[in-house]
Amino acid sequence: MYLRYTLKTAFSGLRRNTGRSLLTILGIVIGITAIMIVLSVGEGAESLILNQVSALGAQTVIVEPGRQPSGPADFAEIFTDSLKQREREALENPANVRGVDFVVPEVIAVAALSNESETTRVNVIGTAPDIQEILAISANEGTFITEDDVRQAASSVVLGATVKEDLFGSAPALGKKIKIKGRTFRVVGLIDPTGQVGFLNVDEIAIIPYTTAQRYLLGIDHFNVLWLHAESGEAVSRVVRDVELTLRELHDIDDPEKDDFHVVTQEDAIESIGIITTVLTALLTSVAAISLVVGGVGIMNIMLVSVSERTREIGLRKAVGARNEDIMAQFLIEAVMLTGIGGIVGIVLGALFSFIAALILAQVVGTDWEFIFSITAAVAGLLVASTIGLVFGIYPARQAAQKSPIEALRFE
Amino acid sequence: MALIELTNLEKVYRQGEVETRALRGVSFSVEKGEFVAIMGPSGSGKSTLLHILGFLDPPTGGEYLFQGRSAVSYGEDEISHIRNRKLGFVFQAFNLLPRTTVLDNVMLPLLYSDVPEREWKQKATKAVEAVGLSHRIHHEPAQLSGGEKQRVAIARALVTDPEVIFADEPTGNLDSKSGKAIMEILQELNDKQGHTIILITHETYTAEHAGRIIRIKDGLVESDRLVEERRRADTDSLLK
Ligand SMILES: Nc1ncnc2c1ncn2[C@@H]1O[C@H](COP(=O)(O)OP(=O)(O)OP(=O)(O)O)[C@@H](O)[C@H]1O
Ligand SMILES: [Mg+2]
Repeated sequence: MYLRYTLKTAFSGLRRNTGRSLLTILGIVIGITAIMIVLSVGEGAESLILNQVSALGAQTVIVEPGRQPSGPADFAEIFTDSLKQREREALENPANVRGVDFVVPEVIAVAALSNESETTRVNVIGTAPDIQEILAISANEGTFITEDDVRQAASSVVLGATVKEDLFGSAPALGKKIKIKGRTFRVVGLIDPTGQVGFLNVDEIAIIPYTTAQRYLLGIDHFNVLWLHAESGEAVSRVVRDVELTLRELHDIDDPEKDDFHVVTQEDAIESIGIITTVLTALLTSVAAISLVVGGVGIMNIMLVSVSERTREIGLRKAVGARNEDIMAQFLIEAVMLTGIGGIVGIVLGALFSFIAALILAQVVGTDWEFIFSITAAVAGLLVASTIGLVFGIYPARQAAQKSPIEALRFE
Repeated sequence: MALIELTNLEKVYRQGEVETRALRGVSFSVEKGEFVAIMGPSGSGKSTLLHILGFLDPPTGGEYLFQGRSAVSYGEDEISHIRNRKLGFVFQAFNLLPRTTVLDNVMLPLLYSDVPEREWKQKATKAVEAVGLSHRIHHEPAQLSGGEKQRVAIARALVTDPEVIFADEPTGNLDSKSGKAIMEILQELNDKQGHTIILITHETYTAEHAGRIIRIKDGLVESDRLVEERRRADTDSLLK
């Protein structure tokens, strides 16, 4: 039997019951739609995070206190005070770590900033001038904090665009005094709107000398992060190794399992983000897959009804020479067509909803969330849908093929 | 070698405990080119016999030789092939596909044949012409009269140019005028194109259009004789 006629036959079979066919494929449509949304949003999230991580630059090596977090229990580790001036100096020494241009310390404090009546809570980053190169930022108005500021623990502050807006509105801020945790700071510089860099939204931070932050805001003598700038991308792996050896020696650690610090590179970050989003996507996809199975059972059910309704037709076809395979093929193709159409509708709806989701997320997250139409997901969705038709169509199709022609013709 | 040869053919229907012996040892043979009418009272086993002859139902006893070969020796695909190319079946209940045009209904057997697709339309059109329905070729069954439906069924039976055409009471549901038109077509197929025709009827008048009448009663052949004064459907005259 010729494929064109098989398709035509199957199609007219479906058209005869348009309403029922549409209801039948609903389960498949919902399943595929859900999977499309999950995959699209998942890929969007991944690409957003990856873009931000990439913005850190391939030459950046991050050293943080505490062991590499491998679960929520390790979270407190980042408060470990294992990185101090001594460690910083060790890492700055080319005899220990080769190929490092400079090391930038960073401490983080969440604090309230106020300008007379206006108050805003932000991340106050205590750091050194070299952070400009790491984050690719600079003061677009005024100056950045200087080495002198650091040495003198000066009360100078550079404001991100949103922070400035919150405190001063459109009024000039440069040279004005603000209070951070009760201490008076002078606004020396302003950063133009920049957005997310790495894990930091530059618009929502205030930058002060790390010495000032340690002494007056936090009362600590350790760092939360040491940023290392490798001289080249190729040098990164050697720098990582040297950092580990140096700090282990300094802290008398023989067993890497007992490290009281960990090193993160852009590559590591990309990898672990990939793992997280893959696991999440797989989880959500498998939930959506349940609806596909339910949809498949629905298809099987309706195909059985259809086979029974068309018993006389099957008998006639066999009486005029249709082989069992011909009948089987007819009903299988019908089932695959049903689920295939369901798949296509699901892909279109999924793309539509993902697009809407992308618009909403862009508002919520406040960054340029990309709408991603995954061709792979679309093809996979169509394949999965068709396979479901095939799998759940086999039983009804066999029932049809095995009918004896005369009994089928006698069927009332 | 006879085209069809039956020896002690039996058919027993079993439904749970109940056994119905529809055929209890039927023997006769049909030569190529014959026109045979089968008659008998209701429930005597006529349809059962025709279904077995048409490879739609297997016998439960005796022997059926088709073209000299035992019917039980054919495999499933061979049987499909025989149904498709060698036999044409006209059912009492028409059995046309609904919502399908006359042309597509007639084309149906070709879909399962080895006839190349490009010849389908032409063959089907010719068959529709042969039953005088060219003007209804794009109609659907619901738009046809009973006689027209039966003619479509005949066109479908002859589209693959089979050896034998079986017809189960083809005129049973029709008035005498439509019935005559059907008989005219069947006679012409038999005379001019040499198709073997086996038809069931309960009307002696219709049966007399055939060359031979076999009477069945209670699953046995009661009589088997040639028609001496054969009727011509086209002129309504008697042939000598
Ligand atoms: N599928 C079946 N199961 C059980 N019994 C059957 C079946 N088909 C036919 N019979 C029985 O076999 C006998 C012969 O039936 P068949 O249909 O061959 O009769 P018929 O001669 O064609 O009658 P009619 O002239 O009414 O069509 C009847 O007694 C009938 O009840
Ligand atoms: Mg009958």
